[in-house]
Amino acid sequence: MPMDAGTIENLIKESLPDAQVTIQDLAGDGDHYAALVVSNAFTGKTRVQQHQMVYQALEGRMGGELHALALQTSVPKDN
Amino acid sequence: MSEHPVFDRIKQEVDDSPVVLFMKGTPVFPQCGFSATCVQVLSNLGIPFKGINVLEDPEIREGVKAYSNWPTVPQLYVKGEFVGGCDIIREMYETGELVEYFNTNGIEIQLANPQ
Repeated sequence: MPMDAGTIENLIKESLPDAQVTIQDLAGDGDHYAALVVSNAFTGKTRVQQHQMVYQALEGRMGGELHALALQTSVPKDN
Repeated sequence: MSEHPVFDRIKQEVDDSPVVLFMKGTPVFPQCGFSATCVQVLSNLGIPFKGINVLEDPEIREGVKAYSNWPTVPQLYVKGEFVGGCDIIREMYETGELVEYFNTNGIEIQLANPQ
């Protein structure tokens, strides 16, 4: 079931208000996205923990409604 | 957490083999692009691993998501520890962290295509 990029961005920002979110619709089908999420909340977390935080923000949609989201997370560079 | 009997089976699997990939399909015939990517990374590094086809085992398929607190498959385990899914494996491979990770865990790498 397709999901639009704005919804994904909003869900992430609800949990991680300072996040800079860049989303790409890879296949143009609303089903395969790549997201880059940059947030101070990731400081000191492992990559697994950072991705878990984003998945948590998506409230169970990942792997279900949202089939494919290639995820990249990082802490802001100027920190 | 003992209300999930499948957790015991998963724990057994990740403890029994040093490198375990929960995946869709088999290492020879991956049935999903993300699983195929992980197989390719491990193969490039010459890492022997056990592939567990979650498509053949619905209980493991759902169980491993809860076990790792990770919503998707593939999932890579090294020495009983969850390392990540496809994006993390790929990123670690590209930055060289994955090689370091295997070295640290005493798993021998045999580069198929040395640079």
